Amino acid sequence: MRNPQLNANGELTHLLTLEGLPADVIRQILDTAEPFASIAEREVKKVPLLRGKAVFNLFFENSTRTRTTFEIAAKRLSADVINLNIGASSTSKGETLLDTVDNLVAMNADMFVVRHSQSGAPHLIAAHLNAHKRTHVHVVNAGDGRHAHPTQGLLDLYTIRHYKREFHGLTVAIVGDVLHSRVARSLIHGLTTLGTPEVRVIGPRTLLPTRVEALGVRVFSDMREGLAGCDVVVMLRLQSERMKGALLPSAGEYFKHYGLTQDKLAAARPDVIVMHPGPMNRGVEIDSAVADGERSVILPQVTFGIAVRMAVMSIIAGN
Amino acid sequence: MSTPASPQIPDAEGALVALAERMRAAVAHDAAFVGIYSGGAWLAERLAAMIPGDHPVGYIDVSYYRDDYAKSGLKGGAKRTELPFDVEGATIVLVDDVLYTGRSVRAAVNELFDFGRPDRIELAVLVDRGGRELPVQADYVGARLVVARELSVVLSKDPGGTLSLAVEPLAGN
Repeated sequence: MRNPQLNANGELTHLLTLEGLPADVIRQILDTAEPFASIAEREVKKVPLLRGKAVFNLFFENSTRTRTTFEIAAKRLSADVINLNIGASSTSKGETLLDTVDNLVAMNADMFVVRHSQSGAPHLIAAHLNAHKRTHVHVVNAGDGRHAHPTQGLLDLYTIRHYKREFHGLTVAIVGDVLHSRVARSLIHGLTTLGTPEVRVIGPRTLLPTRVEALGVRVFSDMREGLAGCDVVVMLRLQSERMKGALLPSAGEYFKHYGLTQDKLAAARPDVIVMHPGPMNRGVEIDSAVADGERSVILPQVTFGIAVRMAVMSIIAGN
Repeated sequence: MSTPASPQIPDAEGALVALAERMRAAVAHDAAFVGIYSGGAWLAERLAAMIPGDHPVGYIDVSYYRDDYAKSGLKGGAKRTELPFDVEGATIVLVDDVLYTGRSVRAAVNELFDFGRPDRIELAVLVDRGGRELPVQADYVGARLVVARELSVVLSKDPGGTLSLAVEPLAGN
């Protein structure tokens, strides 16, 4: 079966996951994002590429930050943006996901940005649109369940490339709750596709997926060992609900072993960059001195995220 | 790659000298030269060095303002538009290699206005090949050329910086 993200010419028409996406498509997105980064410096902070297109933000799961960055990206491309807080409307009246989609297509939607707690929901919508020959309507996955968060993965790749230029000599560590993290999964796929020689995951065994090695990563449970010689450290958010279950003893205990402090970071290379997808739990997975320190590129990540989402939307809408 | 049916192709360096000659007397001494990527960018740099005055050089990539996005999509390789001067109130000479349908110029003018309100925009082109589809004309022309619709006129630059013109079959058709 054809990759549902690509059209018959192998061009990107939906962005669902970085898994299985060819390296040249990923590079095209990163290259396209670069000139978009400067549009915010203009007198008029937009370009007319998506003028007259309707972008629907379908957020079945709350995320103010991700929704906002998609909204800004779409508006900088001159699209009309419609935000739907689905949790509070149709589904509570019993409408199915695909009925909701069909209704919005009948309102002449051109693109759906979908966030859903169920893995595979954006894929289901894209397959439905493809099957009904609605190839002019495009889907961007803004995070589905534990599966994927491809635009976050792409903005992480963009950030790494911005500071480190290329991936071939890099050692990248992803630290924390990899088990529940779609961010980690997307980033691992992107890094390996672009030829990163060493990707590490660091965390307590209870928060690492079983057989995570199959993704092509090295596994560490000791923070200093795992950080040794790293060029890039990506901290993951520890969701507070994890502490309520049996996975972790306490936030304090977690911070002691896996919280990123200046002291632990000293094991990495002196020019290491520290990333975090946000929102941060200061004092849980990251110490304020590191989050606000000179190795942190956490705020530039947010800025790059807008350019990367503009690139994704402008590429898929044109294919 | 030139075809037997192609007309006499002007020498690019000669056309550049002719273009600079026409601009020298007429262009404002502080006019900014803004080249449309990629051929226009090379020409803007060369012209700034050939024409007396203080001419800041800028670069413009019209990919986001093109009128064929809905048809052709966004092809890779867009470059960053760089205008290292205040567009508000500026006198700008837009520089392009080949003037044909006028669509790139339309896109470039639209883009310039998103940076501010220039006092004046002029247009300088190395080659005018006719075939306009929009009410656009150049203020300064290096050479004129008539070629068939299915051919494209391409400017290239060798590693030493020498410019040359060629007529090629239209890419993608």
